Amino acid sequence: MQIPAPFDYARASSVDDALALLERHGPESLIVAGGHSLLPMMKLRLARPEWLIDINDLFELDFIVRDGDRLRVGAMTRHTTLFESDEVRRLFPIITDAERTIADPVVRNRGTIGGSLCQADPAEDLSTVCIVLGAEAVIRGTAGERVVSMAEFHVGPYETSVAHNELLVEVRLPIRPRSGSAYEKVERRVGDWAVAAAGASVSLAEDGTIDHVAIGLTAIGLDGTVTEAEAMLHGKAPSEELFVEAGRLAALACDPLADQRGAIDYKRHLADELTRRVLRRASSRAAEAQEG
Amino acid sequence: MQISMTVNGDEITREAEPRVLLVHFIREILGLTGTHWGCDTSNCGTCVVLMDGLPVKSCTVLAAMADGHDIRTVEGLATGGVLDPVQQGFMEEHGLQCGFCTPGMMLTARALLDRNPHPDDDQIREAISGQICRCTGYATIVRSVQWAAEHPAGAAATGEEVNA
Repeated sequence: MQIPAPFDYARASSVDDALALLERHGPESLIVAGGHSLLPMMKLRLARPEWLIDINDLFELDFIVRDGDRLRVGAMTRHTTLFESDEVRRLFPIITDAERTIADPVVRNRGTIGGSLCQADPAEDLSTVCIVLGAEAVIRGTAGERVVSMAEFHVGPYETSVAHNELLVEVRLPIRPRSGSAYEKVERRVGDWAVAAAGASVSLAEDGTIDHVAIGLTAIGLDGTVTEAEAMLHGKAPSEELFVEAGRLAALACDPLADQRGAIDYKRHLADELTRRVLRRASSRAAEAQEG
Repeated sequence: MQISMTVNGDEITREAEPRVLLVHFIREILGLTGTHWGCDTSNCGTCVVLMDGLPVKSCTVLAAMADGHDIRTVEGLATGGVLDPVQQGFMEEHGLQCGFCTPGMMLTARALLDRNPHPDDDQIREAISGQICRCTGYATIVRSVQWAAEHPAGAAATGEEVNA
């Protein structure tokens, strides 16, 4: 029987209350959102907080709101809510694509976008999605709020720039005109971590050439995006030839490890093939997009 | 700590350590052993219960996190001695073999039908995709859920007597 080590439990009633509880209980306290990463780690004693601060009552952080040229997503938005949102599907189909493959429908009822990003697992899909979409993270502390890019947010595996006494409260996604995006993952079975995955976002200029493109890879050793492929695609009209070249560059840019999910060559092959597929789908979605 | 919740319509309060998982709270403290406890790692889904109407894996929810919430377990499916159509469907279509995954499967099916009364086979398969049947009896599970969808009033609609 896997049971966490003993801890004390407190339920926060607001963001300010959560921040006050973090201050009061110090560095041995941890925030729990959906709990589907943290509780398994606590069962295995990989995490051993003295205090667990439950933020599931913070309904103020459960929202998806369009605000001008950006979509604001509250940190406590559940995966299921993201997956089922028509607005998200229309503006950022990459999120819907990714959510379909995150864990399984029952786990998605609990897990949150904020929890996923703060867990910062190298095989976590929404981290790649947010990097590709150029998201910003809104982090609140007792001294106020700060907004950081995903590059600043993501420090390394299981490490983010959210300090112990801070809380990720919101993710902001810029809405670009004539844009499309896509995500595709190869997994061994439902609910498993990715063997590899790729995500892409493409924005077209009025003449149909690529005005902005971002390509991200999951679980195969690439921080940031495939900048070589992005530079190669920029300013050109989308074509199969370019996607093939972008796939080749993605396979070169990644740095996968061999493990039980596959050999290095296989994972590089996936980087290549999945990059082509998501570029193809993102470009065709961008061409169909009616509005920003 | 004191933990209160509604379980199958009854308001209950019990004393439990914060680290007690909802599955063990239900099985050991409330004595409702219909909820099964399997992999401990939120993979197998036999521990699924409904929390505020949504299926959750109770091995990965603390009882403390369920404080103040509405929980429904397999014991809460039948009402007044009448089986839920999902339970009846599992009987009619042989939806269980060893029975280990059955409570979780039935609760996920109930939640699916509450939201989507006429799912197609793919939607049923997607809904139960986070749950494992060790007998690999998925085809009959899908048929059982379809039976329930086709008989929303359960056995009453079939005109047959049910030995509940």
